[in-house]
Amino acid sequence: MSIDPDMKASIALTRFGLGAKPGELAAARADPTGYLKAQIRPAGADQPQGDLKSGAAHFNEVRDYQLMRRQDKADGLDPVKHAQKTIRESAQPEFLSRAQLACQTDAGFRERWTLFWCNHFTVAAKNLPTAVEVGPFEREAIRPHVFGRFEDLLAASTMHPGMLLYLDQVQSVGPHSLFATTRGFGYGGGGKLSGLNENLAREILELHTLGVGSGYTQADVTEFARALTGWSVQGENRGAGRFASAGEPGEFTFREALHEPGARHIFGKTYDEDGVAQAGAVLHDVAGSPATAQHLATKIARHFVADDPPPALVARLKSTYLDTDGRLDRVAETLIDSPEAWAPEQRKFKTPYEFLVSSYRALNLAPDDFTRFGPVLTSLGQQPFNAPSPKGWAEDAQAWAAPDAIVKRMGWSEAYAAATAPVMSEPMQIAQNALGAQLTPPVSLAVSRAESRPEALAILLMSPEFQRR
Amino acid sequence: MTRPLDLTRRSALLAAAGAGVSISFLGRSAYAAAEGDLARRKLVVIICRGAMDGLSVSPPVGDPNYKPLRGEIAIGGFDQADGALKLDDTFGLHPKLTTIHALALKGQARIAPAVATPDRARSHFEAQDLLENGSPVVYGASSGWLNRAMEALGPRKIEAISVGAQAPLILRGKIQAASWSPGGYKDRDSRLPGILADLYAHDPLLGPALASGLETEAMAKVATSAMGSESAMNPAATPAATSMSMASPAPSGDYAQQVRQAQAQVGRQGAVAARALGTTLAHFMTEPNGPQIAAISIDGFDTHANQGAAEGQLANRLAYLDAVIDGLQSGLGPEWSNTVVVAATEFGRTAHVNGTRGTDHGTASTALIAGGALKPGGIVGDWPTLAQGRLFEARDTAPTLDMRGLFKGVLAEQLGVDRRALDTVVFPDSAGVAPVAGIVA
Repeated sequence: MSIDPDMKASIALTRFGLGAKPGELAAARADPTGYLKAQIRPAGADQPQGDLKSGAAHFNEVRDYQLMRRQDKADGLDPVKHAQKTIRESAQPEFLSRAQLACQTDAGFRERWTLFWCNHFTVAAKNLPTAVEVGPFEREAIRPHVFGRFEDLLAASTMHPGMLLYLDQVQSVGPHSLFATTRGFGYGGGGKLSGLNENLAREILELHTLGVGSGYTQADVTEFARALTGWSVQGENRGAGRFASAGEPGEFTFREALHEPGARHIFGKTYDEDGVAQAGAVLHDVAGSPATAQHLATKIARHFVADDPPPALVARLKSTYLDTDGRLDRVAETLIDSPEAWAPEQRKFKTPYEFLVSSYRALNLAPDDFTRFGPVLTSLGQQPFNAPSPKGWAEDAQAWAAPDAIVKRMGWSEAYAAATAPVMSEPMQIAQNALGAQLTPPVSLAVSRAESRPEALAILLMSPEFQRR
Repeated sequence: MTRPLDLTRRSALLAAAGAGVSISFLGRSAYAAAEGDLARRKLVVIICRGAMDGLSVSPPVGDPNYKPLRGEIAIGGFDQADGALKLDDTFGLHPKLTTIHALALKGQARIAPAVATPDRARSHFEAQDLLENGSPVVYGASSGWLNRAMEALGPRKIEAISVGAQAPLILRGKIQAASWSPGGYKDRDSRLPGILADLYAHDPLLGPALASGLETEAMAKVATSAMGSESAMNPAATPAATSMSMASPAPSGDYAQQVRQAQAQVGRQGAVAARALGTTLAHFMTEPNGPQIAAISIDGFDTHANQGAAEGQLANRLAYLDAVIDGLQSGLGPEWSNTVVVAATEFGRTAHVNGTRGTDHGTASTALIAGGALKPGGIVGDWPTLAQGRLFEARDTAPTLDMRGLFKGVLAEQLGVDRRALDTVVFPDSAGVAPVAGIVA
C-alpha cells in the first residue's frame, strides 16, 4: 500500500517528530524517510542551550548547601524555603531550556527519540539532591549515547550520580565489605547501620533491561545488588578518610571499601571479576540478552506506533537490535523503514509535554518563562522532571485522556490562544502548516467558522487530530 | 466571570453531540433513586502506591519479633510517647493515624494485617496492575475491577469518580468514570466546549472524556463553594503532587534533626491539603445523584532509605492518608454511615530493616477498612506472626488473605454485587477465592 506523500510528510513530522513548525511539511515532503534518517547521527542528541551546570557542580552545591544549612538554622532561616529556592534557581532554567530545544529544533525525530530514552531511564526529583540532577543526567548520560550502542547508554545511566542517588545506590554497602566490618563503622559500631539496598539492581533488571516477567528471581536481584556495591558518587560521606577512593567530587567513583567481596551467582552464571568490573560484566550480559531486545523493541514500538504495538514491528526491531549488538542508530533506521509506523490512522495520544511542545511549534514559538510553563504541565499531570516512579511517564492514551485532563487542556488552549493572538497568522494557514494531510474536513470547517482567531486556534489545538499523532 | 453555570445549555449541547454519555449528575434522575438502599451506599478505594509498609501502618508491637526485626524504625510500644495507638494486645496503629484509630475505637475501622495480591514478583508495576485490574495473572485484564463491578450492577446504575490528573487503572473500562483534580476550568462563557463536543461526537476516547469532565467541573463549582474554602482549589492539594517529598532532603550526619523538623512541617502542610481533598470529594459524593464510588491514588510509599518511625518520610504519607479519611468523614456527615473506605497497597515491605534505615520490596501488607457502614470486629484474616520460620521466603510478612477476597467481600456486602459476577467478571478466575464475610453491617 502506498501512502500519499502529503500524509507521509505529516506522519514524519507529527508521529516521529514533535509536531510541524511552519514550513517543515514542505521540507519533508520530497523524501520523508530520508528526512528522518538524516537526523540520526553518531554524536547523539542535541544539547539544551544556556548556562547549565554539570551534574558534579550541582552535587557539590547541594553538599555545600547542606553544610551551610547548619549555619542558616542558627540564623533563623527556614531550611525548607532555602531548599526550594535552590531548586528553583537550578532545575527550572534546565527544564525550560530543554523545552525550548524541543520547541525550536529542526530535528524533531532526534529529540523525540532522545526523550524516549530519558523516560526509559527515569530519574525524578524525589528530593533536593535528585531534583538538581535530572537535567544533568539527561545531558551527560543520555543525550550523547542515544544513537550509540545500548550497552554504552546503560553504563552511562548506571554510573551517573543522578541515577545512583535516585535509586539509593550510594547508600548500599556490602554486608561483608571492609567498611561494614571495620570497628566503629558499619555494623561494627558507631550506631550506623549499613547494608544492601537493592533498589537500583531491581529496576535495572525490571525496567532498564530484561523486563519484568523475563525469568530473573529475587536471588538474582539480591546478588546483582551485592555486585553493585561500591558504585557511588565521590563526596558521599562514607568515602571519607581511610575509605577514600579516586575521582572528582560529584562524579562516579568505585569504593572498594564498600564492595561485597567474592564471586556472585546471577542467572546461573558466576561472576568472579574484581571490583567495578563485576557489575560491569553483569550489565554487559543483560544488555546483550534477547529479553532486553524484546523489552526495548516493544517499548519503542509502543511509543512510536501504538499502545498495542504490531507484533511484526516488534519482531523486526528486536532482530535488528540482536543482529547489530544493540546499535540504536540501526534500530532507529529499522523503525523508520517499517511500514507499520506509517499507517495513516493516528493511534497515539499526546502526553501533556508533547501537546504543549507541538502547540508552541505550530506557531513557531517557545516558552520563555518557567513559572508559566511548569505549573501548566503539573496541572495536566506531568510535573516537570518529576515522573511518579522509576517506570517513568505513562505511555498509553487511557492514562492521559482522563476527563479532568481534557478539560484542563481545553482551558490551557484557550489561554494560550488568547495570549498569542497578537502574533498569530491566519488560523487556517496555521492548521495546514501543523497538520497538513492529517487535517480533517470537520475540523477545517470548525476552524474556518470560528468567531475569532483565538477561538480558531483553540479548536485546532483541541481537535482530535492535533491531540493525537 | 461569576455568573451561574448555564447547565441546561451545556447539557443540551452534550446530549446533542451524542457523546455516548447522557448527562449524569444533573440530568439523570430516575435510575439511582429507584434502587432504594443501593442508592445510598458509598465506596471509596484509596490506592497507596509504592508498597506501603504494613508493619508501620499497623505495627504488631505485641509480636516479640517485631522490635528486633525493625530496630530503629520500629514503632514504639503502647506505653511509649509517640508509640503505637492500641487496637488489641498485638496490633496498634501508626501514631499518625489518629483519625483511623478514633474510628477503630467506635468499631468503624479495622485492619487486614497480612493481605496480598496474587503477585509474588515484587515489581511495583506488575503488582499495581493486579491490585487494580483484579486479574490473577499479570496483564490479565486491561480494565479495572471497580469499573467491571459497576458494569455488573447494571448499566448506569451508579456513578464513579477518580481524583487526580491521570485516570487510574482501577476505574478504567466500559463505564465512563468522571475524574477531577483541583484547579478548575474557568471560562464559563466560552463556546469551545460545545464546538468540541461536536468534533468529538464520534471519538470514543475524547467524546466521553470531555462530557464527563465538564459535568464534573459543574459539580466542582457547587462542591467547592459548599466548602467555603479556596484551599481545595490549590494545585498543591493534588495527591499527584510530589512536591512534599522534593522538600525533604536525605538526612545525613547532624542534619537529621533539622530534616525531621522540616519534614514534620511539610507533613503538616500536606495534611491540610489532604483534608481539603477528602472534604471536596465528600461534597461530590453527597450531591444529588453524585458519584457513589470514588478512587484516589496516594503515592510516595516506596521507602527504601530513611523510612523514619513515628516521624519522617513514611509518617508524613500516613498523616496524609489519615487526613484524607478525616476530610471524607467530616464532609460526608450523616452519609458516613453508608460509606466504606478501603485503603490498600500493591505489596508490603521486608520484615527486616535494610542497610539504609529503610525496607525493600516485600509481600503481604496491611489494608485499612473504615466507614460508618462497617460491622465492628477484630482483624480481618489471620496473623501469621513474624517468627523467623513463618516469614515468606525468610524475609517478608507472609500473606494469609488474598486481596481479591477482601475486595469481593466489600463489593458483595456494600454494593450487592452477586457472587457469580465477582468470581468471573469482576475478578476473573477467582471462584476459589471466597469473599470475606462480615465486613459491612
